Amino acid sequence: MTGTGTNAGESAAESAAKSAAKSAAKSAAKSAAESADEELRELADKQAALGEVRGTPAADPVNAPMIRHWLDAMGDANPAYLDRGVAPPAMAQVWTMQGVRPRGGKDGTPVDDVLTALEARGYTGVVATNCEQTYHRYARLGERLTPATRFAGLAGPKRTALGEGYFATWNVTWYADGDEPVAEMMFRVLKFRPRTRAAAAPAERREPYPLRPAVNGDTAFFWEGVRRGELRIQSCAGCGRLRHPPGPICPHCRSADRSYVTAAGDGTVYSYVVHHHPPVPGRPTPFAVAVVELPEGVRIVGNVVDCPPGEVRIGMAVRVTYRAMDDELTLPLWAPRES
Amino acid sequence: MRTPTGDDVAAGAVLPELTIDLTPTLVVSTALATMDFTPVHHDVEGARAQGSKDIFLNILTTMGLVERYVTDWTGPEAIIRRIDVRLGVPAYAGDRLSLTGTVVAREGPDVTAEVRGRVSLGDHATAVVTFTFP
Repeated sequence: MTGTGTNAGESAAESAAKSAAKSAAKSAAKSAAESADEELRELADKQAALGEVRGTPAADPVNAPMIRHWLDAMGDANPAYLDRGVAPPAMAQVWTMQGVRPRGGKDGTPVDDVLTALEARGYTGVVATNCEQTYHRYARLGERLTPATRFAGLAGPKRTALGEGYFATWNVTWYADGDEPVAEMMFRVLKFRPRTRAAAAPAERREPYPLRPAVNGDTAFFWEGVRRGELRIQSCAGCGRLRHPPGPICPHCRSADRSYVTAAGDGTVYSYVVHHHPPVPGRPTPFAVAVVELPEGVRIVGNVVDCPPGEVRIGMAVRVTYRAMDDELTLPLWAPRES
Repeated sequence: MRTPTGDDVAAGAVLPELTIDLTPTLVVSTALATMDFTPVHHDVEGARAQGSKDIFLNILTTMGLVERYVTDWTGPEAIIRRIDVRLGVPAYAGDRLSLTGTVVAREGPDVTAEVRGRVSLGDHATAVVTFTFP
């Protein structure tokens, strides 16, 4: 980063802003990513500790009409099943699938919470990667199977061809009447952050912006606000003080209870730097990064746009503006008040 | 359907290729037969809205087709013990699934075969199937 100031005072301010912005951004990014990962790990451990959780028994016992329908659709002419009164082993899961309309009952599994948490953190894509089934014996006509699910583990985050994601693994065992296991399945899915939004017109898709903010339990409210065009500042539900960047604990009263207020969106440049080199992916140089002081009492780091970088000055009045960086990501930026 | 003679099933034996046209009827009828009503397996518009180019085979069907492929060859006497599938690219309606397989191990009654299911985009499924003859 290179300063553009002309006197010693400005240079010192810039230097301070530079190191403050740099270390704040660095520690916020690191702790945000780390704490998101930690939260997921904790949840995964908790769900795994639940062990095997029994689900609802199949709506119907193993029966000839469903077997016949399945064999017909698969084009499977093997006479062994109906002749011997057993089901094709690969049908194990079919008996306990939900219908078009879920039947209710205790259909929840230890897997659900993990998948929901991954979705809340932006890992909205899902693709199955592995399915391994072991058949202890073929299920017999008249038996009613009951599934039992055990969450086995979470691995990640990993970069994949589809996007960054976590691999979630679970096991299902199907029990016949009584406690005899008939079949087991290990199932693994990749929950990923899609690189691009699925759109009807892919030609109009924009290149994904390469710099993604870390969204986690501490910062999700802020990014949700950005999506709605609101600048949200974390507040302590204990002592009421505002703080930014968001964090888990109030630095003044140590309360972990938190809320937020919506800032008016005005601010003044407290300090700034102009970045010339090295190149930054997705952003032409030079560009100005400012520490903006809000009348609400906190400072927030952001790029200054709609203004040549050389014209940014300390004390300049700015107003928040929201820019869609690609088809998914919106960032809050700062523009001169006058423009 | 042939009657198995266990001696045919030695390591190195090659299963005859089976190609299956993935018509929309096949994709939809297998989705319903496996009780999987997820829209991407029967609703073209729904599938496209999620970024897929068309409806595609569900996993339970892939398992079922791998099972069928092996038992078409072994005949009705074989007992399937285990099917491990690693899933690859989607198998879209309008594509063609080509199943090939090789016996890779034989220990007494236990036989292991590797099965590959290819579509135009690449490997849809890479499977290891274990079966025995009673």
